[in-house]
Amino acid sequence: MDGAEIHRRLRERFGNAIGAELKLADWTVCEVEAKSVADVCRYLRDEPGLHFDCLSNLSAVDRKAADQIEVFYHLFSYELDHRLVLRAATPRPDPVVPTVSHLWPIANWLEREAFDLMGVQFIGHPDLRRILMPEDWVGHPLRKDFVEPEEYHGISTRRESLLKL
Amino acid sequence: MSVGGIPIEVGLERETAQGLETEEMTLNMGPQHPSTHGVLRFVVKADGEIMRRAIPDIGYLHRSIEKISEKVGYHGFMPYTDRVDYVSAMQCNQGWAMACEALAGIEVPRRGEYCRVIASEFGRLASHLLSVGATGMDIGATTPFTHAIREREYINDMRIGGVAWDIPPGFVQRATKYLDRFEPLIDEYNELISFNKIYVERLANVAIISREMAIAYNLVGPNLRGSGVSYDVRRNAPYSAYPELEFEVPIGTGERGALGDSYDRYMVRMREMKQSCRILRQALGGLPPGPVVAKVARNFKPPAGEAYVRVEGSRGDMGWFVVSDGTGFPVRTHIRTGSFAAMAIIEELSKGLMIADLVAVIASLDIVAPEVDR
Amino acid sequence: MSLINSVPEMVVTTKVDEILNWTRKSSVWYMLFGLACCAIEMMQTGGPRSDLDRFGAVPRATPRVSDLIIVSGTLTLKMALRTKLLYEQMPEPRYVISMGSCANCGGLFQLAYSVCDGVDKVIPVDVYVPGCPPRPEALTEGLLKLQDKIMEERWLVRKSVDGDTAAA
Repeated sequence: MDGAEIHRRLRERFGNAIGAELKLADWTVCEVEAKSVADVCRYLRDEPGLHFDCLSNLSAVDRKAADQIEVFYHLFSYELDHRLVLRAATPRPDPVVPTVSHLWPIANWLEREAFDLMGVQFIGHPDLRRILMPEDWVGHPLRKDFVEPEEYHGISTRRESLLKL
Repeated sequence: MSVGGIPIEVGLERETAQGLETEEMTLNMGPQHPSTHGVLRFVVKADGEIMRRAIPDIGYLHRSIEKISEKVGYHGFMPYTDRVDYVSAMQCNQGWAMACEALAGIEVPRRGEYCRVIASEFGRLASHLLSVGATGMDIGATTPFTHAIREREYINDMRIGGVAWDIPPGFVQRATKYLDRFEPLIDEYNELISFNKIYVERLANVAIISREMAIAYNLVGPNLRGSGVSYDVRRNAPYSAYPELEFEVPIGTGERGALGDSYDRYMVRMREMKQSCRILRQALGGLPPGPVVAKVARNFKPPAGEAYVRVEGSRGDMGWFVVSDGTGFPVRTHIRTGSFAAMAIIEELSKGLMIADLVAVIASLDIVAPEVDR
Repeated sequence: MSLINSVPEMVVTTKVDEILNWTRKSSVWYMLFGLACCAIEMMQTGGPRSDLDRFGAVPRATPRVSDLIIVSGTLTLKMALRTKLLYEQMPEPRYVISMGSCANCGGLFQLAYSVCDGVDKVIPVDVYVPGCPPRPEALTEGLLKLQDKIMEERWLVRKSVDGDTAAA
């Protein structure tokens, strides 16, 4: 099934929760309302004819200029060999999206990574804690306004100039 | 229940019958350990030798490569992509280059594509050699590892230098000579270790991953193909010069145990090495003439947009997601690697395995720490 | 006739310090502490072509039985705390080789928020081996320099009443 057809079916089912359709090389991007993400994903996974059995990637992007954090879901179907990208925009001060970890087990770790590095909260996630940074790290590093701490447990993060003798 | 084909009793049931108290142990494995896979840590809850759960703890090699891309720009990021998967670095370089080219709509000349394929396939050979050697070492056989390291030495001597420079004179002959020497050795290693009784017992029926589980956990590459799913980005979503090259995609068949066990994944890698040699011969023999690089501006500013490009790395489908806003620095780079998913599935797989099997499972899933942590 | 001339040729006369140091430098057991890309080069150096074993350097898995820790690869802040712990678990005399630019000064990853710029921020280093990654020959030379350093050490020192040390 090609991207335009999938977008049409989503529109039919979810109405205004689905936004515009864009093309990204051979992937079709569908805008989705943040709070409907879990329902849309369940439909995409379980509906015969769509059957997206694999969540290939989940990335969060910090759009400081637009005061938004966008969460991208790259979905793929091994059975039917078609693909789709969902884009959910959330407000930057309070980025909240429902979890999809009950649909695809890999989403558990991908969402933890998005939380750790970008600060996106996933409602309903069984174990939302940091995964890459240490447990006691402060701040979300991939945000544009992240400021590095001066030191961590006594180890200074300041760099001396290597040119000074 | 049975582990490795040998039926065993679960310790807890037996001991409570005798009225003894048992307790679950919590052990820490790593982050420093004598395995070659890098800094990975597991908190293992075990009942004697049998694990209840092995909870992975990652991030010990998190070098914030993705954030660095926002600081150094598109051209400057190339050396960092080497370090994402340092065992087969040129495939990562290709992924990044393809993502930038997709953003800007640049087309690579055919000879350049062939050079890239040659570099990638040598990288795949090097990586699988290390993986096979490390599997042997994790099981206890140290000899295959030293053989594998020796073979890798020869590959490292051959450097194309990316496609910034054309293939040096004499390279094709040297490479062909290397392949002539190496291909029969694959069969030799196969006979040496694949049918060894200890090897088979340690790998067969251990950590069986079903087809559905492999897809749900987003496993890719030999891990996915070992479970019987015939999907290879080079075949199903071809890029670069692969549409013009002939090769087979080996998948697991459950030849020594159940479908999707560690032995299947190991055999898929051995067979892939043979297929890589086949691809290399075709690419070396059929190099088209012409330029190797397209003209790209020094201050490369692709138009605003997003690109998601997949390359078939040694550990599977590597997804390169790049978001651009029209300036010379990317807004976001996200690298989705096969090892990340493989680490995620270990917690599920570890239930009921022995502690010694945990090391063999990590080896059979071919996990490298920089891919997990980036 | 002096004693020296009457002993067989296979006897060697030397100072106690030198013989002690010679035995110690010829058997420097290093702990496998491969963190990142340099770890591959370290394994390659221990491999058949450029062999570290001929210098008596055998890889060990645990810090409790090693003399040397070769920090090969990038040290992240998360790992730095554990590195300190591992170093403290090594019995003295212990040595540290910092291999590669990441371990020397942060290397390529100085821009990163999660990387410790150099292992000498947590543990004292004896030999720095530059390179990214250093060639096996470079690491071998680093080990030889460490052996020279070991030869220079003096163990038999006696403290005088005033607290000054004097060679025995």
